[in-house]
Amino acid sequence: MAEGIKNKVAIIGMGCTKFGELWDKSAEDLMVDAYKECIEDAGIEKKDINAAWFGVHFEEQSVGKGATSLALALKLPFIPVTRVENFCATATEAFRGACYGVASGAYDIALALGVEKLKDTGYGGLPGGPGLMGTKNAMIMPKLTAPGAFAMMATRYFAVYGLKPEEGKRMLAKVSVKSHYNGARNPKAHLRREVTEEQIINAPIIAWPLGLFDCCGVSDGSAAAIVTRADMAKKFRPDPIHVKALQVALSSGEELMYTKWDGAHVETTYRAGKLAYKEAGVKNPREEISMAEVHDCFSITEAVTMEDLQFSPRGKVKEDIEAGRFNHDGPQPIQPDGGLKCFGHPIGASGLRMIYEMYKQLQGKVQLPERQIKNPKLGLTHNLGGFPPMNIVSIAIIGL
Amino acid sequence: MVGIKSYGAYIPRYRMDHGTIFMSVGFLGTFPPPGENAVANHDEDALSMAVAAGIDCLGGMKRAIVDGLYLATTSQPYMVRQNSTLVATALDLQSNMRTADFIGSTKSGTSALLSALDTVKGEMSSNILVCASDCRLSKPGSPQESLYGDGAASLLVGSGDVIATFEGSYSVSYDFPDRWRASGEKFEHAWEDRFIRDSGYNQFVTEVISGLLKKYKLNIKDFAKIVYPGLYAREHGAIAKRLGADPGQLQDTLLSTVGDTGSASPLMMLVAALEDAKPGDKILIASFGNGSDALFFQVTEKIGNITGRRAVKKHLSSKKELTSYEKYLAFRNLAPMDLGMRGEISIRTPMSALFRERKVILSLCGSKCKKCGTPQYPYQRVCVNPDCGAIDQMEDYRFSDKKGVVFTYTGDNLAASIDPPSIYGLVDFDGGGRFWFDFADCDLDSVKVDMPVEMTFRRRYVDESSGVHGYSWKAAPIRA
Repeated sequence: MAEGIKNKVAIIGMGCTKFGELWDKSAEDLMVDAYKECIEDAGIEKKDINAAWFGVHFEEQSVGKGATSLALALKLPFIPVTRVENFCATATEAFRGACYGVASGAYDIALALGVEKLKDTGYGGLPGGPGLMGTKNAMIMPKLTAPGAFAMMATRYFAVYGLKPEEGKRMLAKVSVKSHYNGARNPKAHLRREVTEEQIINAPIIAWPLGLFDCCGVSDGSAAAIVTRADMAKKFRPDPIHVKALQVALSSGEELMYTKWDGAHVETTYRAGKLAYKEAGVKNPREEISMAEVHDCFSITEAVTMEDLQFSPRGKVKEDIEAGRFNHDGPQPIQPDGGLKCFGHPIGASGLRMIYEMYKQLQGKVQLPERQIKNPKLGLTHNLGGFPPMNIVSIAIIGL
Repeated sequence: MVGIKSYGAYIPRYRMDHGTIFMSVGFLGTFPPPGENAVANHDEDALSMAVAAGIDCLGGMKRAIVDGLYLATTSQPYMVRQNSTLVATALDLQSNMRTADFIGSTKSGTSALLSALDTVKGEMSSNILVCASDCRLSKPGSPQESLYGDGAASLLVGSGDVIATFEGSYSVSYDFPDRWRASGEKFEHAWEDRFIRDSGYNQFVTEVISGLLKKYKLNIKDFAKIVYPGLYAREHGAIAKRLGADPGQLQDTLLSTVGDTGSASPLMMLVAALEDAKPGDKILIASFGNGSDALFFQVTEKIGNITGRRAVKKHLSSKKELTSYEKYLAFRNLAPMDLGMRGEISIRTPMSALFRERKVILSLCGSKCKKCGTPQYPYQRVCVNPDCGAIDQMEDYRFSDKKGVVFTYTGDNLAASIDPPSIYGLVDFDGGGRFWFDFADCDLDSVKVDMPVEMTFRRRYVDESSGVHGYSWKAAPIRA
């Protein structure tokens, strides 16, 4: 029986750049910025790092293949650096690699760093389309975009739970209102304006039924973590944050090609969540998970994720959203930093950006006191890469 | 007994009124006769329409009986890479067959039909599918623009259970330079209309029909229907009068409802005639283009066996008006449109992969698990049913002829499209199987979850840098 990762690894330092359309920063600049904050926070030096895991998704847009760009940017002294890529779960995969590296005893200290420079494409939205899924898919898949792929889940959610489009859109609008409220208060966020439900509902449609404010931003950014074995952590700082669970689940094809999936939830999130709760010893996620940063690439994604993570009962997230459960002052704050909605989604960095927020909240060290969540015990992060019928989900749970 | 065993047709959904054309480019010419043209959608061409007509023709029949495919067109996308073989692959026909392209003249429809009849008569093939299809590009403002329409016809030629027996033919060939298009040219050239009418159309059609009547000692009054294209409405009637036919014997030319569909025109008219035919009817068909072929058929008792065809009639009544001439120009790539930088990302087609995966990509075949019976697209080696998971227990399974329902959908304004929003979604197939597809021929407002759909073969893209016309299947609301 596998023991799992719980309490074997501790985070002793983290860094996160400001996210945004950083026209003056290269991917390498962003790596250095995140790294600098991270090692200062950990109080270590470069020579202390035994190995690194590096996450970047659209390498063709910025750093090229392999992991050399990280080694060269940071001048890492001939240590092993592994590049990982798993769609939007990329940064969490880098973190997972570093955690397993130290947990195995192979290394004492490891660096996980994720970066993405998206704003060199020349157009809005993410690069891609069916080409991202390989040559055969490029010839048979619809020529979809990310908003379109997730809009199909909104269409389905509305149909399954009998919501009229206007009811569904209003439910989703509340998700974005909350994230913008949080993002407006976070100096590191990209989009820092509050918006109203009416603005959101009346915004131009990107992919029916999703409008502009149902979609997260597209930005550049980087985030990093230093991890060590739990028994060594207190040597570096009094308040290390412990890893409680790390799970990844991938679609088996049954969502897309078999006819049982209802299209109104993400099966991988549910499966990875169940395993993560087991690994972390969480019995009642709605009560025990203090806060979460989930993959709100689109408002509908956050809504169904609440159900998939068992924060809300199936089909009932609307009630929780309307009750303000996930607001910053609610009983289970979600996206306290503003989420992908306000940070944008530099693919390779997002997972570590989420962990950064949970880490700071758990330490009671967010920049502004008004952003601080009171006495959080467990924070969860969640990434969903790919498209609802064909995806990768990663979940991390961290705590004191 | 050799003859026609089945028929089918295809007319695209969009129609453009001649007035719409005139209001846009009428300053260049004179007002065309009233009427409308069938206009192929931006993702249609001669090949996609040939496939659609072929599907209509083969409805309810076993595809394995087809051992030949002849394609007639003057608007073939490929000069090298046999177009008929691509159509045969899309129709998921066997590889043990003969295929041929009949191109270069609007007479090619009847040339292909004659050749198919000869091939079957010579017992070289048993059942040849003849597809005639044209989607001709006309220069904006040219007389051809309001004359030409897009459409396709398909006839299954064989022996035995024929619905119309082939009784005889007569042909004339002239190097008549009424219209021409040299290799590498985009648009046709045409000589003066009066020359085409008086020295060609009038002469050849009269000559070929008279020749056929004389050869087989027939009287024009013997025919229930006389089918020949109507390039000029008045002359169309005048030829019949000269031959001694009653106006009631003339098959409608489709000129004011579909337009002149080139190679497909006489065959589409023949299909329309067959839709109304009674056993014993004699039908005469003649083409026009560098001469003329005349053929005559006699309808058999089996005509009643052919049911469920959309053919010409149902396609005619299933239509949507294209009111924007500018959109038409965009569909034909006659006005450079800004698709944004996202639209400039070209997809290189890996030809070796296309060939390897041709059953999946072009024939829309997946697999069906022999152990649990689950159909799955694309072809899988490991069964997708989580309770099965059998490895290499698959048989081929064709999805192109299965209907389905919309599982979910969206209308995407971000995706690069010449006709936004891009509508796509997931389809649950009747009998099992699910996959996602682009949707064709629909409006976002009319798409609903659980809406029935069928599959349609479409041009996915044209990559001008590599000369590749890429095709794939889309889902569409059930037509008519």
